Amino acid sequence: MDTFLIERDMLWTAFSTTLTLAAISGAISLVLGTLIAALRVSPYAPLRALATAYTEFLRNTPLTIVFFFYVFVTPSMGFTFDYKVAAVIALSCYTSAFVAEAVRSGINSVTVGQAEAARSLGMSFSQNLSIVVLPQAFRTAIPPLISVFIALVKNTSVAGAFGVFELFALSKRLTNVYSADVIAILVGVALCYLLLCIPLGQLAGHLERKVAFAR
Amino acid sequence: MTQTTPHPEEAGSRAGHPLVQLTGVQKHFGDLHVLKDIELEVAAGEVVVVLGPSGSGKSTLCRTINRLETIDEGEIRVDGELLPTSGAGLAKLRSEVGMVFQSFNLFAHKTVLQNITVAPIKVKGIPRRDAEVTGMELLERVGVADQADKLPAQLSGGQQQRVAIARSLAMSPKVMLFDEPTSALDPEMISEVIEVMTGLAKDGMTMIVVTHEMGFARRTADRVVFMDSGRIVEVRPPEEFFSSPQTDRAKDFLGKILHN
Ligand SMILES: Nc1ncnc2c1ncn2[C@@H]1O[C@H](COP(=O)(O)OP(=O)(O)OP(=O)(O)O)[C@@H](O)[C@H]1O
Ligand SMILES: [Mg+2]
Repeated sequence: MDTFLIERDMLWTAFSTTLTLAAISGAISLVLGTLIAALRVSPYAPLRALATAYTEFLRNTPLTIVFFFYVFVTPSMGFTFDYKVAAVIALSCYTSAFVAEAVRSGINSVTVGQAEAARSLGMSFSQNLSIVVLPQAFRTAIPPLISVFIALVKNTSVAGAFGVFELFALSKRLTNVYSADVIAILVGVALCYLLLCIPLGQLAGHLERKVAFAR
Repeated sequence: MTQTTPHPEEAGSRAGHPLVQLTGVQKHFGDLHVLKDIELEVAAGEVVVVLGPSGSGKSTLCRTINRLETIDEGEIRVDGELLPTSGAGLAKLRSEVGMVFQSFNLFAHKTVLQNITVAPIKVKGIPRRDAEVTGMELLERVGVADQADKLPAQLSGGQQQRVAIARSLAMSPKVMLFDEPTSALDPEMISEVIEVMTGLAKDGMTMIVVTHEMGFARRTADRVVFMDSGRIVEVRPPEEFFSSPQTDRAKDFLGKILHN
């Protein structure tokens, strides 16, 4: 563990980069994913098809390929991003597909009668979603969403292979320099991920209790 | 309560202008022809009870009137205007046609009072304060004002259905559709809902009611519409329909109902 004390500035930089990547991508993917889920239940077939294609495509593509696309392919098309920005875009797009699925399963758990009642009161599609269906859908979607965000925290490590100095990149650099301490370094980095993920799990429990309501 | 009674001037007299008109309506579910040549006119202030065996198309008929189901052919007019097919026009029409479901469908995550006020606030743009005042009056009227801050699941079925009626009334609808409003209720709760509905009818509300409550049909209906396999087979005043049904299918149906 001495290694971490000696390199604590580097550790802090890497840790906060991982945290930042996860937080920003998490927020973006939550919004984007919810939007995609909304499109998937929209009354317009082309929008539904578009949203389905988006979800299926990203859900079934390895994250490394998504990264590869934003880090190497888009620059050749004239869009150049900072590595961190590219990482946020890649992680957000990828994660949004999983968010969309979690939210959609939440939407499906809301009985059709709820939406019919809303329609029969004159609510528009977007009012129906935002006032009646989504608030109920999110309650059921909390556990799967938290799993998605835990996966996101771990997936930020892929950014380490694409020029971003985060925890995974840190572990590579440290194990190169302090090769005698490999095990300690890997355990230390794993602990850092735990430190981020365990509170997420607890947040899930807390949220579930807070929004619990009888049906 | 004049605010929630759309045609107070017609209360008592039952000969208003045509409020709901269905002409030549056809509806299929895939190969199944569920509404056949439907012709029906409901006047303002009138109470029409729809009877018929299971699967005869009663619910579907109700649901086409606020376009929860689309139709394949024919015309439906509400207060003289053709049903809009989509968009803001359709939303507005729906807000003028109240609907009460068998399964109540109260918004599970909102309190009783919020259930009543949310549509007036969001759809009609009524200020929250005013909506809450009206909402409490309506809850008073259906006898559940003391439950205003509870969630729907904390209420009995009868109370939930009365809240659902109040929720529809809060939009000041021109006509109200009831699809078996008491069928999901325990027997002891049926009468409290029927009482509210009878009160509405007395106040002059135009109502189309699918129900198996023959007592309500006899006492309150102006006309009974009898459906069988997607067709309207008989339309007559309740006393005539119950004492001397014209068609064999209606006789059959009444025989079964009375023997249960
Ligand atoms: N969404 C649907 N898709 C396919 N078929 C349907 C659908 N809804 C109803 N049907 C069929 O249409 C016919 C008429 O149904 P409807 O619900 O209108 O009958 P009902 O008279 O209300 O019956 P009940 O007394 O059982 O409520 C039935 O045969 C039913 O199975
Ligand atoms: Mg029915």
